Amino acid sequence: MTITKEKDKTTLSKDQLVEMYHQMVRIRNFEQALPEYFLKGYVVGTGHVSLGEEAVAVGAISALGPKDFVISTHRAHGHALARGSSMPIILAEVFCKATGCTGGKGGSMHIHDFDRYFFGTVGIVGGGITIAGGLGLAAKMQKSGQVSIGFFGDGASNRGTFHEAMNLASLWKVPTVYVCTNNQYAMTLPLCKNCANPDIATRAASYNMPGYSVDGTDLWAVYDAVKKAVDRARKGDGPSLVVANTYRLSPEHSLRVAAIAGTQYRPPGEVEQWWEARDPVKITRQKLIDTGALTEKSAAKIEADAKKEFEEAFQFAINSPEPEFSVAFEGMYAPEEGGK
Amino acid sequence: MAHTLTFREAVAEAIKEEMKRDPTVFVMGEDLGQFGGAFGATRGLLAEFGEERIRDTPISETAIVGFALGAAMGGMRPIAEIMRCDWMTICMDELVNQIAKMRYMSGGRPEIHLVVRTNTEGGIGLGPQHSQSFEAWFCHVPGLKVVMPTNAYDAKGLLKSAIRGRNPVIYMEPNSLLSMSASIPDEDYTVPIGKAEVKKEGKDVTIVAWGTMLAKSLNAAKTLASEGIDAEVIDLRTLRPMDTETIVNSVKKTGRLVVAHEANRTGGLGAEVAATVQELAFDSLDAPIKRVATPDAMIPANRRLEKYVLPQEDKVIEAVKSIV
Repeated sequence: MTITKEKDKTTLSKDQLVEMYHQMVRIRNFEQALPEYFLKGYVVGTGHVSLGEEAVAVGAISALGPKDFVISTHRAHGHALARGSSMPIILAEVFCKATGCTGGKGGSMHIHDFDRYFFGTVGIVGGGITIAGGLGLAAKMQKSGQVSIGFFGDGASNRGTFHEAMNLASLWKVPTVYVCTNNQYAMTLPLCKNCANPDIATRAASYNMPGYSVDGTDLWAVYDAVKKAVDRARKGDGPSLVVANTYRLSPEHSLRVAAIAGTQYRPPGEVEQWWEARDPVKITRQKLIDTGALTEKSAAKIEADAKKEFEEAFQFAINSPEPEFSVAFEGMYAPEEGGK
Repeated sequence: MAHTLTFREAVAEAIKEEMKRDPTVFVMGEDLGQFGGAFGATRGLLAEFGEERIRDTPISETAIVGFALGAAMGGMRPIAEIMRCDWMTICMDELVNQIAKMRYMSGGRPEIHLVVRTNTEGGIGLGPQHSQSFEAWFCHVPGLKVVMPTNAYDAKGLLKSAIRGRNPVIYMEPNSLLSMSASIPDEDYTVPIGKAEVKKEGKDVTIVAWGTMLAKSLNAAKTLASEGIDAEVIDLRTLRPMDTETIVNSVKKTGRLVVAHEANRTGGLGAEVAATVQELAFDSLDAPIKRVATPDAMIPANRRLEKYVLPQEDKVIEAVKSIV
């Protein structure tokens, strides 16, 4: 099985690209604001922000149809936003308010939007990989034409779930696209200390499925690889693995760890270097301006609009009520009445 | 009209009938296809339903249960088989953190209608890694339902309820009971989840049991009857949610309680039954509650040693006599 290094050859229209940039900016604003709100006590528990991973979320999700299933991870805000979920509702969930998508019971690690087939974010690292395959199985068995996408990270690629799910998904040719966001760190441990084989995409060969290793800061490259994988899945040819290599620009693994430990375990200057040279939002902006899809003025408007949207979301979340005690025990079981 | 089936045949018949009734029902697990399942649950079903719905899996317990969850969320009704209860440990994240919580942590939206069947308990010489029973582990987890039938009639009826239900059910099949026969009605029926059954009425002592210990308790009750002790024997059948009402009503009548299970004693579900009864019916108790269980030990393969370690009828008799 060959490992494809994707090059720019996208068929995305100018309008699509502008919209994708808009989504990236929305995610950037949202994630950049959270560390301060964590320190102020608005973010309950913890949260995992996805700075540096915007091109992966937007590139991958833009390649899906509206009824394709998405399974995300503990680092889910960007995926949900890219899927078109309501920013106020997501932020309210991050603040654990009654108006959040789970009514404040899940928090940052449990963002869902079933109306958009955003079927959940699993807080256990690697826990969603099998579930995404199961959704693919359901689509296949019901001949619904849907595809599922399962996000996970480089850290999760070392869980047993990765191996078991990849093997079974390929055996059964389920229409599932596995997207590994390699942000170079599994919590605090760098890739070289996590993966005996750091080129994660090559593992796809073991499962007899295509593996794509792409630059995760390159919106075009991510989109093209995932699109190819989605098309293959929808045709009935089975799953693929797309590894999008990027960097965790976020201050830390989580908001909590950032507040406690900072970036002390990363080599000095590394974070700054990536911000300088490989910031996916900056790269995308420049490329769109260079190709004439954006002007300085239209880009600035997108950025100003996104700031305004976040400010409105913040006002909604902060002014939302706390959940009632009565909901604490709701939703544990479905009522059996009316079952099949 | 009725027909006679063994426990294992009743399981297979329930699966077959539900698969016919509902095209979203399917099975997945190790060796279920051509082989018909290590314990015969899918014998003969491959020819009728084909590989698409009788799904052989690799030895991947984590993927079996994780895929079942995804399939359920996607609208299917999977029946996943984990061959032995001992190996449920391999998919505990999927059971405890994913399946049990998916509905709650998704704002009460999805219905996780799936069944995980597993062969449980010992008694046939399979040794320390093929003889354990972890029902207490599963009962500790809100979001799951747990059943353990003791006869072919209940096996079929409870499995049908589990398949048709709207929640995840751990369905445990006691190893030593699979060849036992019972009369099965020809017409469709279900046994409700959450209801215990009084198998024998009595007035002197209540014995609550499940799994293999139910038959041993009924035998013990016969011996006790010949000695003038009239025991009431309850088959718990559903372990979560527990039918507290049936247990408490019985204890209020008899004033004495013995709980018997094959799983290890410490942290076993017997402790939960005992604690519940003393909370709800303390004033009715005339004696301390006694537990009969495996005495916190590994299950040896040697048949003589296994029989020695696992609780037998005599332990139930001994426990009853110590409080009557």
